[in-house]
Amino acid sequence: MHAVSEQLTIDEIWSLLESVPDPEIPVISVVDLGIVRDVSRKGDEVTVTVTPTYSGCPATAVIAMEIEEALRRKGADRVRIEMQLSPAWTTQWITKQGREKLRAYGIAPPVEGAPCAGALKAPPVVACPRCASDNTERVSQFGSTPCKAHYRCKDCLEPFDYFKSF
Amino acid sequence: MPKAAKDNLAMEFSLRMGDNCLILGQQVAAWCGHAPVLEEDIALANTALDLIGQTKFWLGLAAELEGEGRSADDLAFLRDVRAFRNGLLVEQPNGDFGQTLMRQFLFDAWHYLVLTALLSSTEKRIAEIAEKAVKEVTYHLERSSDLVIRLGDGSAESHARMQTALDDLWRFTGELMTPDSVDEALAEIGVAPDLGRIEKQWAEHVRAVLQEATLTIPEGAYMQQGGKAGLHSEAFGHLLADMQFLQRAYPGATW
Repeated sequence: MHAVSEQLTIDEIWSLLESVPDPEIPVISVVDLGIVRDVSRKGDEVTVTVTPTYSGCPATAVIAMEIEEALRRKGADRVRIEMQLSPAWTTQWITKQGREKLRAYGIAPPVEGAPCAGALKAPPVVACPRCASDNTERVSQFGSTPCKAHYRCKDCLEPFDYFKSF
Repeated sequence: MPKAAKDNLAMEFSLRMGDNCLILGQQVAAWCGHAPVLEEDIALANTALDLIGQTKFWLGLAAELEGEGRSADDLAFLRDVRAFRNGLLVEQPNGDFGQTLMRQFLFDAWHYLVLTALLSSTEKRIAEIAEKAVKEVTYHLERSSDLVIRLGDGSAESHARMQTALDDLWRFTGELMTPDSVDEALAEIGVAPDLGRIEKQWAEHVRAVLQEATLTIPEGAYMQQGGKAGLHSEAFGHLLADMQFLQRAYPGATW
């Protein structure tokens, strides 16, 4: 299968990765999420450098497996997934397209400029992903996964997840 | 300083950081399904998850620096009481929600300051772990500070419980900021921060929050030491028995 893998260009690998979903939020890809930091190849070995979102995120191992499988299906036999801690992942790396997909899925995308570094500040104003109202309040800083906070809209009265800036 | 000596110090430091995260993470995880409200249940589980994730990095680095072929899992599950290097604060029992929260707050304030200082560690691998962890711990500190204020300055019942928790736990905070010979050597070569500086910043934040929470810091309390040297409290053996049972009974068992 070497011949096939050698045909995969770096660009093709990136587009392939754009179809690998985040296991927790399947509407966005690992590329949209900004966790794929680099793609390189040496001979027939493809190396994908990935950075974890949160240290304990259980999806990290699944993501590595899914990337490997997606590349193997396209004939890349030798795939290496490298974990890179620094520079640490930030929600600023979530693509514009990724943000829109999050909103359409019912998750408010991160409000940038409200980074977590600078603790003890008032929580950011987050627009409701359903009715776009700014009249929302934070219920809890921790939601269904480490990367989300729990909010509610005081206009349409719906609870929603906020992908917190990180 | 020769590389082997520096590696040895960095390993000891990684063990201390990793053991603090592991033991607190293990304890906080026990709240899953038992917290007073759903939001807190989720927050506690998320905090525990972050801490266990950070443990993986710290103990992974400690194992690598040790160079004896042990893994992070080996260090977590196959060491005995005397080999653990966590502070006494994190091994204090969960108690009621107030005890758990006060323990978290006193630790988070220290953890946040140490990680922030470690961003400029001369040991690159340590700085990298800190860069990742400090983002998570910022959220931990924000939450625990907020809740300590709300419960301390809450009802008579919540105030009394928070004050009891503070009285019980205060004596275990000094150790985190009292340097031993390892801390001094680490600070000298710029691998870890000067704990005297951390203590000043810690006291500033903690006093401000406790004051707003209408809680009183116990005066002239004796500060208990021992964790860094492997001298742990009685409860610690039970904690390890719980945490390590599976790997001890079924060596190498995996999911």
